[in-house]
Amino acid sequence: MTNPQIEIQVIAAVVAIACAIPGVFLVLRKMALISDAISHSILPGLVLGFFLTHDLNSPILILLAAITGVITVILVEAIQRTGLVKEDTAIGLVFPALFSIGVILIAKNANDVHLDVDAVLLGELAFAPFDRLLISGIDLGPKSLWIMGVILLITITLVILFFKELKISTFDAGLSASLGISPLVMHYGLMSVSSVTVVGAFDAVGAILVVALMIAPAAAAYLLTSDLKKMLWLAIGFGVFSALLGYWVAHWLDASISGSMTTVLGLVFLFVYLFAPQKGWIAVLYRQKQQRTEVSLLTFLLHLNNHSEENERHINHLQEHINWQRVRSKTVLDLALKNNMITISNEIVSLTTKGKQFTELALEYILTNKDEKIEPMKDDFFLFRG
Amino acid sequence: MSLFDYFDQVFSDYTLRTITLGTAVLGAACGMLGSFAVLRKQSLLGDAISHAALPGIALAFLITGTKDTNLLLMGALISGLIGTFWIRGIIKKTHLKTDTALGLILSLFFGFGMLLLTFIQKQPNANQAGLDKYLFGQAATLVESDVTLMIFVTLMCALVLLLFWKEFKILLFDADFTKTLGFNTRFIDILITFFIVLAIVLGLQTVGVVLMSALLLAPAAAARQWTNRLSSMILLAALFGAFSGVFGTAISASQNNLSTGPVIVLVAAVFVLISFVFSPGRGLLFRELRFRQNRRDLQLKKTLQLMHSIAKTHDDISHPHAIRILNNFQGFTKRSLQKMEEKQWITLQQHHWSLTEKGYFAAENMFNETTHDESTN
Repeated sequence: MTNPQIEIQVIAAVVAIACAIPGVFLVLRKMALISDAISHSILPGLVLGFFLTHDLNSPILILLAAITGVITVILVEAIQRTGLVKEDTAIGLVFPALFSIGVILIAKNANDVHLDVDAVLLGELAFAPFDRLLISGIDLGPKSLWIMGVILLITITLVILFFKELKISTFDAGLSASLGISPLVMHYGLMSVSSVTVVGAFDAVGAILVVALMIAPAAAAYLLTSDLKKMLWLAIGFGVFSALLGYWVAHWLDASISGSMTTVLGLVFLFVYLFAPQKGWIAVLYRQKQQRTEVSLLTFLLHLNNHSEENERHINHLQEHINWQRVRSKTVLDLALKNNMITISNEIVSLTTKGKQFTELALEYILTNKDEKIEPMKDDFFLFRG
Repeated sequence: MSLFDYFDQVFSDYTLRTITLGTAVLGAACGMLGSFAVLRKQSLLGDAISHAALPGIALAFLITGTKDTNLLLMGALISGLIGTFWIRGIIKKTHLKTDTALGLILSLFFGFGMLLLTFIQKQPNANQAGLDKYLFGQAATLVESDVTLMIFVTLMCALVLLLFWKEFKILLFDADFTKTLGFNTRFIDILITFFIVLAIVLGLQTVGVVLMSALLLAPAAAARQWTNRLSSMILLAALFGAFSGVFGTAISASQNNLSTGPVIVLVAAVFVLISFVFSPGRGLLFRELRFRQNRRDLQLKKTLQLMHSIAKTHDDISHPHAIRILNNFQGFTKRSLQKMEEKQWITLQQHHWSLTEKGYFAAENMFNETTHDESTN
């Protein structure tokens, strides 16, 4: 690895961490799309800032653009408050308009602005190591690393200082208000941090991929845990992993670094989405299938409990009367047999003592709807695990 | 070329005519289908779908190697649909919320598309230039066959809309009721989503991936302000969309260096702004006016009540009282006194007022009257 290569990877990792932390809170607060809105609408702020400072890495420009981001949030909320349109429509109206203004500003001043629209969407990580911070002639490393490093440091400090407040206001705004922690301050604090992060990361990964770096690690982590601290660590881990792997994929394909970082993130999310042990797609499908069978089993047992007549308890009767298909009937019968709940003699099904007990317990649960009735059954059955 | 020249040439010049017709038809189709997206609270679905279409375009180019618009749009349609169904999957199967699902698909698909686009650009042999027009759209590249396709699809949308009008409408406003009536809600749902995706894909060439959602939303959001009827809303939205298309094209054609997409979006945004402020029923301006009117009425009635309570204690209700004594309480302005005189509730003599018979009666019956007013309004 050459020196610039190492530097690019360090920058990518820092950007990923800086995005993942606010991303977790945005996802938990159901405001993921605000990051999309901010990342688009900072463009006019960025362009105006550039006219003033002529330096893409100037702190003033970052501040200006970040203020545009916060203004977007305020504007969206103002439109929502009028009640003229639904809240998602408000987001969808504000950011394309602001983004259009930005694009037009760039197009009209194409000669003066060293910014092109592709760079806005994609950023250019590959050039980041060449713009170096020089103080009295001493090379202190790439500028964007310094900028993102400072932003990351601020974010981490704020999260550690206000972790409790953030947690409470995220999960229970009412409680946090009654405890004297203003949800509004937390809200705008988070919005400001997100805004600054988006602007800082913008240069490196572009407007839309910033959204991916914020949302995807957090969403993947959310599928794996419901502990806030673990979720933060997991999100950071996913972010850094995708950033590093993405860099090498881009190196191999000779394509955009940020594009391949997002693609790796997408694959990571897809993997987690499919295979997450509790909340993944396969786990959910399996659980739903299992629950369906168990509901059938319960219906069947209740049916047996209600009828002593032989013709109601004949094996074929299941198909004829309850209208189950053959496979389903067989699955249910097998399950009941395996659990020693029924015995079959001469194709006539009858409940065993265990089956009878179980049915009565279940019936009691259905009637009273009290959880403690089913505590001992929970280990055997998905159905009662909620 | 100035705006004037544009309108001068729009009927004679082939290119201008094609482009204008194309953007107008596109705007109309988007307005029509966007109404459903807005009312179904799926406004941002359009944003996600349009971004999700990008890898489809790039893949279609990579596989076939041609730049035939129809093929590329086919790819966009397929990847847009995949994105849509993945979003549904995420929302239905996991505890992730709609916003997260939309943001995920939007950014992940777009990132993948950008990876493919940059990969294509580095290929030595390909005639790849021109794929990036799908990012911001270039109405100038529209040719007659594109416009024919747009018109065809728009007419088809309109036809299906008319055929399934009742089903769409009922699903929109009460999904559960629709289900109990025995309609196949899943089918209707998929049908309408499919057409929304189709409209988005058609617009990619003109408005581009990034801004397409605005063209879908803005005309519908503007139209919503003027009416409470679905049919009029759809017609209005189509009209707004078409006008945004035409004006946007006109402005961008009359200036150098202006892509059509952002201009169309800005024109549509102006429509929204005007509708928000000036629509008579819901608009902010008239709402504020009504609000003030109500406040003034209330103040007037408050003063009248005060006068009534003073006059009640006298044998002669028209006994004059000094205006000054009203000052000790709240709720009197010069204007409200004049207004009360206009209504013949009181008579004013220099520094005195006296309640009239009519005013006394009005104060007595104020609460009956207000309830009566409200029921007739």
